[in-house]
Amino acid sequence: MNALSALALASSETHIPVVAPQEADGIFNLLWLIIALPLLGATALLLLGNRRTQAYGHWVGLATITGSFVLSLVSFLTLLGRDEDERQVAKHLWTWIEAGRLDVGLDLLYDPLAALFLLLITGVGALIHLYSVGYMAHDPRRSRFFAYLNLFVAAMLMLILSENYVGLFLGWEGVGLASYLLIGFWQHKPSAAAAAKKAFVINRVGDMGLGLAIFLMFATFGTTSFSGVSALAGGATETTLNWIGVLLLVGACGKSAQVPLQAWLLDAMEGPTPVSALIHAATMVTAGVYLVTRSNFIFELAPTAQTAVVIVATVTLLWGAIIGCAKDDIKKGLAGSTMSQIGYMMLGAGLGVAGYAFAIFHLLTHGFFKANMFLGAGSVMHAMDDDVDMRHYGALQKTLPITFATFALGFLAIIGVPPFAGFWSKDKIIETALVENPVVGICALLGAGVTGFYMTRMMLMTFFTQKRWEKGVHPHESPKVMTIPLIVLAALSALGGLMLAGNWIVDWLSPVVGHAEHEEPPLPVIVITLITVAVVAAGVALAWVLVGKQKVPNVAPADVSFATRAARADLYGDAINDAVVVNAGKALVRASTAGDRSIVDGLFTGGAVIVAGSGELLRRLQNGYVRSYALGILGGAVLLVLTLVVVN
Amino acid sequence: MEFTKPELEYAELLPILVVLGGACLGILLEAFVPRGARRLPQVVVALGSLVGALVSTVIVGIDLDDHAGAAGSTGKGLVGAMGSVVVDGPTVYLWGLLLVFAIGGVALFAETRLEGGVSAFTGQAAALPGTDTERDASTRGLEHTEVYPLLLFAVGGMLLFPASGDLLTMFVALEVLSLPLYLLCGLARRRRLLSQEAAMKYFLLGAFASGFFLYGAALVYGYAGSVSFAGINEAVRAGGANHGLLLAGIALLSVGLLFKVGAAPFQAWTPDVYQGAPTAVTAFMAAGTKVAAFGALLRLLYVAFGGERWSWVPMLWVVAIASMVLGAALAVVQNDVKRMLAYSSVAHTGFLLVGVLGVQSADDLAKGQYTSLEGVLFYLTTYGFAMIGAFALVTLVRDAGGEATHYDRWAGLGKRSPLVAGAFAFFLLSMAGIPLTAGFIGKWAVFTSAMSAGAWPIVLVAIASSIVAITFYVRHIRLMFFTEANADGGAAVTTPSLLTSATVVVCLAATLVLGVVPGPVLDLVTHTGDFIR
Repeated sequence: MNALSALALASSETHIPVVAPQEADGIFNLLWLIIALPLLGATALLLLGNRRTQAYGHWVGLATITGSFVLSLVSFLTLLGRDEDERQVAKHLWTWIEAGRLDVGLDLLYDPLAALFLLLITGVGALIHLYSVGYMAHDPRRSRFFAYLNLFVAAMLMLILSENYVGLFLGWEGVGLASYLLIGFWQHKPSAAAAAKKAFVINRVGDMGLGLAIFLMFATFGTTSFSGVSALAGGATETTLNWIGVLLLVGACGKSAQVPLQAWLLDAMEGPTPVSALIHAATMVTAGVYLVTRSNFIFELAPTAQTAVVIVATVTLLWGAIIGCAKDDIKKGLAGSTMSQIGYMMLGAGLGVAGYAFAIFHLLTHGFFKANMFLGAGSVMHAMDDDVDMRHYGALQKTLPITFATFALGFLAIIGVPPFAGFWSKDKIIETALVENPVVGICALLGAGVTGFYMTRMMLMTFFTQKRWEKGVHPHESPKVMTIPLIVLAALSALGGLMLAGNWIVDWLSPVVGHAEHEEPPLPVIVITLITVAVVAAGVALAWVLVGKQKVPNVAPADVSFATRAARADLYGDAINDAVVVNAGKALVRASTAGDRSIVDGLFTGGAVIVAGSGELLRRLQNGYVRSYALGILGGAVLLVLTLVVVN
Repeated sequence: MEFTKPELEYAELLPILVVLGGACLGILLEAFVPRGARRLPQVVVALGSLVGALVSTVIVGIDLDDHAGAAGSTGKGLVGAMGSVVVDGPTVYLWGLLLVFAIGGVALFAETRLEGGVSAFTGQAAALPGTDTERDASTRGLEHTEVYPLLLFAVGGMLLFPASGDLLTMFVALEVLSLPLYLLCGLARRRRLLSQEAAMKYFLLGAFASGFFLYGAALVYGYAGSVSFAGINEAVRAGGANHGLLLAGIALLSVGLLFKVGAAPFQAWTPDVYQGAPTAVTAFMAAGTKVAAFGALLRLLYVAFGGERWSWVPMLWVVAIASMVLGAALAVVQNDVKRMLAYSSVAHTGFLLVGVLGVQSADDLAKGQYTSLEGVLFYLTTYGFAMIGAFALVTLVRDAGGEATHYDRWAGLGKRSPLVAGAFAFFLLSMAGIPLTAGFIGKWAVFTSAMSAGAWPIVLVAIASSIVAITFYVRHIRLMFFTEANADGGAAVTTPSLLTSATVVVCLAATLVLGVVPGPVLDLVTHTGDFIR
């Protein structure tokens, strides 16, 4: 730990960029439209109702997000053409409330970081919308589904584009709401409803952290705008900044499913698969990484909080990977993997200036290959009558050629085989971690090996080994509307590494996160890379020996080691939650219910009775006779005179 | 005795003159145009003079910056008509507001589609209810087009009321605005006995309250030796003998004005009159009278008795708390929409009085805070639009017996007419002060103004009353959307003509815009400056 703190101190001497955007001009005046389009789509579809829009609702949803994508692309290209110091643009939309020190405006900030996120959200989002047209074709509430998806995109864009923490919080709550609605979309399934509730409750804990962080910021700096806070952060005490940082981390943990607020993500797979791809893999769950990166001006000055980020990230990346090893449900396996990969991103963000760019880089490549794999899993489920159990799959590579080929590219990308996207991004994070702290670096390296194991296991159980199909299942390739997004995403998974060409992404993000001096790693870079590839290869080989070489049973064997049992039970995440929070909470609830019945209820019922009772009593005075009204006026006049005389 | 020829500033007084001129023209039309052909010219004259007055108000407002205020005052404007009319920033703002509300009133008056081709006013007011004469008038499709000149006279009084520079002008304005309203209240086409009873009550109690006002004026003249606000102000600041005379005068003058705004304990007339009067009249009266009377109350208290602030503040504390508590508590137990809105208007009077108690001078404020004058003016704007819109919607919900105002008839309206029920719910939410509606910003403005003046206990009471008030607004929304209709189906919505729909749409838009982007109007209110005298 000492090494880490010392390092954080050292890095705080590097220049931390202040957010000082220029006034928007040209195309940037249309920034608001990027949010407004999907919001409009959601509003229109929700207001018109599901039945009326059933025939065309999905095209409306697709059109609005495609519009946003085009705008994002044009804005990105415009930004690309500008000089480095002119790449921060702000647009003031309106001032909602201005009172005392509280100045809440709706301001948008468009900078290199936001530009990349916008492309990811609208680009991958549009592909997933297109895929959903096919995936949800037979759902009677398809139009409603697209309304929710649009709502989610609008909220997510708000989160990314806001120039202050209040607006960010608005988007943060919005994506939470959309996520809740979409996890529970198949509300007829009790498990879906329960999962939605769980996600909702756990996210409240995180939101509380973010909310408190914003209050503390406002109390300390008197502003919640990025420009204001980043300019004033240097003046605050380190204790305050540490508190703000830790509270921000709590918020990030909730949204990004980091230990200890990770339990909801696996259950969230109850939602339709496109939802898992868009919200619970590519975009929303990475909001925590965005929050930490965006708040770099806080974390750079808060070494303890930064250390906390690194610890949480390291624990999560191993935790998620271990869970991924034991899951037979293909989506839950992918969810464990998502958790682990977000751990890598968090690790990158926790490593400070040297790591922010790589965190965002991994976030983008992960967005490509994980969305690709989730959609591939959806395609497999589509073929297998919505069965998610990999023990019922096997030998699908001939039957589902396109799904297999695209899934395989995603697989190669995630385990980090050169030259696919994941190799470049994950390798950089491991390398940076080794530079900063060997323990953390070795953990990250181990995680890469485990990733190789569970992903190979998934690949083998699904597409190779023997047929274990249930009776009456006739797999078939998905329609074009579903395979085209798969192909595009597979291409991105393969080529995403190009963003690192010529160190482009690091230079691109340096106006936002600062520029770190290059430090020599303990071993030559090429050696680290070779070790990483070797560790991954070991994981793959192990999976080949344990899964590929043997007959996979149709039913999960029961007599397994403690480790497997623990991993199957999500490392007892729910049990821990139950013991620490739920049971204690229940006891508290029982106690407070008792108190509530006797005291609060008493007050409220009493209050209602008193109001209604006094209303009844006063109503008697309203008897309709002018003479009593006149008497009332006379009495009132006497009262006024008396008040005046008494006071004087 | 020497006679001085009065000098009148015609340009600045044009809005009042145009409205009163339009009213006289309307009377001439009544006398010379045949009965069947009167409606259209009357509506044209009424709308024309109101729009003309609004245009000239805007011109007066733009030119206002050229007139420096009295020495030592931050306001701008001029004292006209030999000191009896004051045209300053607040006056012009209130004029604009009143004229906009009056135009809405004329639109509602002129609506004929709801009653099957005739207006909501009785065919022949002189005919006794239930007689053959009445039936005859009804079958012949007669209607009273005098309502338009009456409305214009009332508007003329309302314009003069907050602009008056002395007690006598204020009294005259009070009567000019009241008398036509008494008449209008009694002209309902349906439920005529209820309507006539309402008019009678309003008239008797209004006359009674005017008596208090006049007596108070006499007492204050006895103390100050002047009826002009400037003269009274000088006398108050100089101090003098007979302080008791002044105190009694302030109290009695306040009675007259507090009666007009419907503050407790002078609120008894509101529910009966709001319920009995034709709904179009209620809409116009609820918004117009309150705006005009609050303008007058502010001018009287701030200008004439500004030096005696600490005498009248405790009195207003009592009245404000009584109004909020009484209005909210009584609204909870109502089961008639119009009475519920009436009691809610009493509660709103209380909230407005909270604003009156706020900080008077802009110099004592930090950035982003509002003076009480600004707060009250903004609140009046939001309140007026919500009230007119809500009452306009009440005219649409009908059954065989005309307007159906009982709660039972409104059950399940959301299923039958989602648009009307949704709009009504939006107005209720604004009155309840839910964020993103105009009402929230209005409440925010008056409460923060009172907070800055250190009146936090009354703000606590105000917040508690707001919470009680939310219950009855929400209860009505629940009734419309989540309660099944009665077996006989409840009331239905009659499709109105463009006149009513346009009024409702304008009110809706104003309520929404003022809630989301209140900035421009708040700036305008801040720009009006202070009273000059």
